[in-house]
Amino acid sequence: MRRVCTGIVAALAVCLFMGQAVAEDLQVGFVYVSPVGDAGWSYAHDQGRLAVEAMDGVSTSFVEAVAEGPDSERVILNMARKGYDVIFATSFGYMDPMLKVAGQFPDTVFMHCSGFKLADNMGNYFGRMYQARYLSGMVAGAMTESNTLGYVAAFPIPEVIRGINAFTLGVRAMNPEATVRVVWTKTWYDPATEKEAAKSLLDVGADVIAQHQDSAGPQEAAQERGVYSVGYNSDMSQFAPEAHLTAPIWNWGPFYVATVEKVRSGEWQAEATWPGLAEGIVDLAPIGDMVPQEVKDQVMAKMGAIKGGERVFVGPINDQDGVLKVAEGETMSDEELLGMTWFVEGVIGTTQ
Amino acid sequence: MPGMRIIKRQEPLGWRSCLVLLVAIGFSLALGGGLLLVRGVDPVAAMGTLFVGAFGSRYGIEDSALKAIPIFLCSLGVALAFRLRVWNIGAEGQYALGAIGASWLPVAMPDLPAYLLLPSMITMAVVAGGMWGAIPAFFRQKMRTNEIIVTLMMNYIAISLLDYMVYGPWKDPASYGFPMTATFPPAAVVGKIGTTAYSWGLVHAFVLAVLIWVFTTYTRLGYEIKVGGANVRAARYAGIPYDRLVIGVMFLSGALAGWAGFLEASSTLNRLQPSIMANYGYTAIVVAWLARLNPFYIAVASFLLAGLRVGVESLQLDMQVPAAFGLIIEGLVLLSVLAGGFFTTYRVTRR
Repeated sequence: MRRVCTGIVAALAVCLFMGQAVAEDLQVGFVYVSPVGDAGWSYAHDQGRLAVEAMDGVSTSFVEAVAEGPDSERVILNMARKGYDVIFATSFGYMDPMLKVAGQFPDTVFMHCSGFKLADNMGNYFGRMYQARYLSGMVAGAMTESNTLGYVAAFPIPEVIRGINAFTLGVRAMNPEATVRVVWTKTWYDPATEKEAAKSLLDVGADVIAQHQDSAGPQEAAQERGVYSVGYNSDMSQFAPEAHLTAPIWNWGPFYVATVEKVRSGEWQAEATWPGLAEGIVDLAPIGDMVPQEVKDQVMAKMGAIKGGERVFVGPINDQDGVLKVAEGETMSDEELLGMTWFVEGVIGTTQ
Repeated sequence: MPGMRIIKRQEPLGWRSCLVLLVAIGFSLALGGGLLLVRGVDPVAAMGTLFVGAFGSRYGIEDSALKAIPIFLCSLGVALAFRLRVWNIGAEGQYALGAIGASWLPVAMPDLPAYLLLPSMITMAVVAGGMWGAIPAFFRQKMRTNEIIVTLMMNYIAISLLDYMVYGPWKDPASYGFPMTATFPPAAVVGKIGTTAYSWGLVHAFVLAVLIWVFTTYTRLGYEIKVGGANVRAARYAGIPYDRLVIGVMFLSGALAGWAGFLEASSTLNRLQPSIMANYGYTAIVVAWLARLNPFYIAVASFLLAGLRVGVESLQLDMQVPAAFGLIIEGLVLLSVLAGGFFTTYRVTRR
């Protein structure tokens, strides 16, 4: 019994000691919705965390696989109680829980990814992934022969719909005849379901598979059938080296480092930020060797133009039924993009 | 094994069955500690963090208790059906239906006063969850279907229905297209007790547990459940209306899961959204068996399991142990406790 007691006391002492050792560091916590080892969404954020960890005088930690809703509130609350200075929550469903906790801890900086609510000590951020998706669409549009492309998508929410639309605009910029077929999986991360969904698209003649999913399941399906694929989140070429054309990818590191730097110097202010290709928060993975050089040049030229301020959603844009939604010469505002719930012409599928 | 013999115990183990339980839990934690050691994490410090995070602080106890409520109510429900030897695998769907039923009024008529809104939300949740339980029971008795299959399949229907509601008619126009209802008005929220962090849901759970215990122990119907569970033919012979009993018990079983759905929607999420589905209905089945269908043990087991899940979050944060470790520990505890159950009914002797 005595030994057990000593053990417990020792354990507590270790905890206390650890708490003190890092007390002078700026503590930065991350909350992820899925495990970090998935090469997907949370993996990309964790790469960003590692960049923060490498800073002097900063220590980081994370909690992975946190369900949206009450679990996330408890995790965020726990971080705030333990004295974390900056907390990044990286899923849409963490927004309201984070807002609740932010009200109780005015001295902690809260950053929420992909939402829209703000408080004095809570900012939100996201990246203009649709810009990179447009470029990946250009590559896919140039490579398709059947003029049917498949898109495995998670949930019919504006972020995903916007990505499908940008991809399709890119496809049809290179190949006006092509159509993009969409299948909803209703899951962010489920390798088996994603792979099955990709196969169903292959069965209807798709010869390029794109995805808004967090596993490499669709990539593998494409490779097995000997057709092409477009990844997402991070460079997925290792999972399907022969199929992988390119991937729109996240690069959170510089943004996270800059945010933590601002907090440390006292310059941080709560705001909504939506940087894009120009700031480097989104990017295009290296384009595969199977893609002709002239296509690569075209895509790179377009990337330069977008970085220089060219917009992706510029009229004329028709919706699925051929009705003009954005008139010639007009551009869609950020509000319209954030609430986009309709498909552009060339997409086959429903937004339900 | 050669040289060994397994003999059924003549007398119940009594207080020593508690010892078996403790040994089983200790054994699984030791195995988990070994795993941590392989990863290079100090197992003693890790178990300390796990314990402090779950039960060793005021926050930990609060969080664990709140997390235990839905598991407890679902488990109480399935245990009721299991006593009758009706295998209700559908707590997940009944919970979903309860949440849907409870959300209807605050979405459709948010201006109702609390004294009307909350009771009618509970009624809707109980009726919706209860019906979702009674339907497979009706099919079982009238058409001889297998309730395991039907309740399981109805879970998927229930979850699709929930998705349909939050993606379709109930979607909050201000949510940028994300699938969720608008936040409930304050009158539809089960609040916290005074200034504590505990929600009134805890009181709901306690009162319901006492009612169920009284119902099963002291009423004629409770006795009929016991008889029906022990021997259907004897029950019918004794004049017990077995068909009605099964349908009624499944209604109650579903109603309890539905109540859990109501509490999660109202008290913890303050809205309906797909992430309300957290496998509580399936966890409940395991908890019910661990606790041998006894309401008091179910409360203890729910609290411990919830605490384990809460504590693992602290373990992740403080020691960077992967989330999968929590699932491994959970699996180890369940396996060794169930295996330990063997030693409470049998003993092993030398030949």
